[in-house]
Amino acid sequence: MVRYILERLVYMLITLLLIATMTFFLMKLLPGTPLSAADKLSEEQQAIVLEKYGLNDPLPVQYFNYITGLFQGDLGLSFQFDNREVTTILLERMGPSMTLGAQSLILGTIIGVLLGLMAAIYHNGVVDYGSTFIAVIGKSIPSFVFAGILQFYLGVQWGLFPVALWEGWEYTILPTIALAIFPIAIAARYMRTEMLEVLGSDFITTARAKGVNKFGVVFKHGLRNALIPIITIIGPLAVSLMTGTLVIENIFSVPGIGEQFVKSINTNDYPIIMGTTLFFSFLFILIILIIDLLYGLIDPRIRLTEGD
Amino acid sequence: MDNLLEVNNLHVSFDTYGGEVKAVRGVDFSVKKGETLAIVGESGSGKSVTTKALMGLIPSPPGRIKEGEILFEGKDLTKMKDKELSKIRGKDIAMIFQDPMTSLNPTMKVGNQIMEGLIKHQKKSRSDAKKRALELLELVGIANAEERLKQYPHQFSGGMRQRVVIAIALACNPKLLLADEPTTALDVTIQAQILEVMKDIQKEMESGIVFITHDLGVVANVADRVAVMYAGKIVEIGKVDDIFYNPKHPYTWGLLGSMPSLDSNDDELYAIPGSPPDLMHPPKGDAFAPRSDFAMKIDFEQEPPMFKVSDDHYAATWLLHENAPAVQPPKSVQTRMKGTTQESAGGDGV
Ligand SMILES: Nc1ncnc2c1ncn2[C@@H]1O[C@H](COP(=O)(O)OP(=O)(O)OP(=O)(O)O)[C@@H](O)[C@H]1O
Ligand SMILES: [Mg+2]
Repeated sequence: MVRYILERLVYMLITLLLIATMTFFLMKLLPGTPLSAADKLSEEQQAIVLEKYGLNDPLPVQYFNYITGLFQGDLGLSFQFDNREVTTILLERMGPSMTLGAQSLILGTIIGVLLGLMAAIYHNGVVDYGSTFIAVIGKSIPSFVFAGILQFYLGVQWGLFPVALWEGWEYTILPTIALAIFPIAIAARYMRTEMLEVLGSDFITTARAKGVNKFGVVFKHGLRNALIPIITIIGPLAVSLMTGTLVIENIFSVPGIGEQFVKSINTNDYPIIMGTTLFFSFLFILIILIIDLLYGLIDPRIRLTEGD
Repeated sequence: MDNLLEVNNLHVSFDTYGGEVKAVRGVDFSVKKGETLAIVGESGSGKSVTTKALMGLIPSPPGRIKEGEILFEGKDLTKMKDKELSKIRGKDIAMIFQDPMTSLNPTMKVGNQIMEGLIKHQKKSRSDAKKRALELLELVGIANAEERLKQYPHQFSGGMRQRVVIAIALACNPKLLLADEPTTALDVTIQAQILEVMKDIQKEMESGIVFITHDLGVVANVADRVAVMYAGKIVEIGKVDDIFYNPKHPYTWGLLGSMPSLDSNDDELYAIPGSPPDLMHPPKGDAFAPRSDFAMKIDFEQEPPMFKVSDDHYAATWLLHENAPAVQPPKSVQTRMKGTTQESAGGDGV
């Protein structure tokens, strides 16, 4: 098990290096300059700035410096915020993004799974159609539309929750709900299909033949088997949430990584763009690793044994 | 009434997009305490559907019991709510399923799967249930039982899994055991062992057994009576000897004729020509008529009733009508009938 995790971590590192390399060269191919007021600066001034950020060095040298920096946890200096380290900026902004991401992923998956479960149990009934309706809505309407609706009704009209900003836990509520709707929809659809399939399988009939009642069949025999495929979709869901935060953080003025990312793209702040990309990639790979480990925990057929 | 189980005019249908599949179309039979009734018949003839219906396990939708009654110890199971039924299932009536590869929960330890029924029905503590589970595993011939209880189904071979399925069914010493091809997945030695186990339990508990199989050799070994099913109906039913030595229905002849026997010298097996009818549109008259060499005009027009051959022997074929011409089973079947006679005369006549 430990060996397996170590192995996975090595692969993770290699993947991250590849991603770093790719984003680095892609950034270099981008048009425009990081100098926000290039036309106002003299040639000389521009040269000084470029020199300061090492942008005059030959490309291989820049690349080498960047990668060696990475190994020391140094993502470079932001162009936009004078002399501030990208790492510091990301760390500062990580909190709100992580809170939103984790809350909406957990909330979304749990509600979605419950909804799908109810739909499967009361298959073809009102609950089933209701949950299908929610799922279709949640899947087809983008989160920023929900964000607007939530802000207007729950925030402005009824004044239940703060409309925007980030000054305490209650400020996380609306953006979390807005983000959670997509995972709810996806998880509900998946859970319904999986559960129906599992409930139709032979071992459920065996369980019924033992005298296990309807409730026991669903929760003792069905749930675990139906959850296995659900775990697979948590990865993609987490990714969709990461991209979701880009928009949602802007709408709710949440000082998170996503909001910073969008700003940085607008100002050609390469080091922050690269840093954020790497950070998102790291998160994604980490989530996949966690999911694989979870898989083994829940499905005995792929349980990783010591020494495997 | 000493009938443990009595099935009257049972009809089971599945409502599919194509239409109503009439899988079981009026079945009557009974099982006494301590008796084994074998049900034989081609694939798709409705054997599994019949046994599942007995336990109220027809998936619904699409399936439903359309008509008929299932009397277990005098109580009609078709009228019971699922909650009442679940008190009988696994305790008084247990079932061994056909496919060992899919009949066990892949994410639950085998021990827990065996103990589940014991804990539910006999209110055993976990440790008592475990003791009984160990006993059961040894009974069905699984070595290393202690170790095996903690394993998952994927760590068992197909034959081992089937034994687990059997152990689960036997756990609460059921009064009625429905065995749907319990030994088909097992090799011959194990098969014999399992049959012995079932017989022992039957003797001890006076259980009734409904035993579905394709293997007429097994039928001769275990059954007291045999029901031959074709296209959702019982076409002939009688004591083992009646069915093996004095079969009356052309379909039974076909079945017997297609059974290989050691001492017959012709190496060709008889195969029933054609294929079973479409149960969505069952044919008028005798459903077997289109495949029968002995079909008469009336067979295509009117369904034959059950004709009485003797007190326990009935067959649904117009050949038994007093106006029908006397016919003999085909030669090849006759020799095989003799073959079985000699073979089973040597074995025990359970
Ligand atoms: N869920 C279902 N939906 C529709 N038709 C079904 C369903 N289950 C069974 N049937 C039909 O019922 C008929 C009888 O099936 P059954 O499984 O009882 O056959 P069997 O005699 O057990 O065959 P085998 O020897 O292959 O096990 C078949 O024609 C089958 O297609
Ligand atoms: Mg079957």
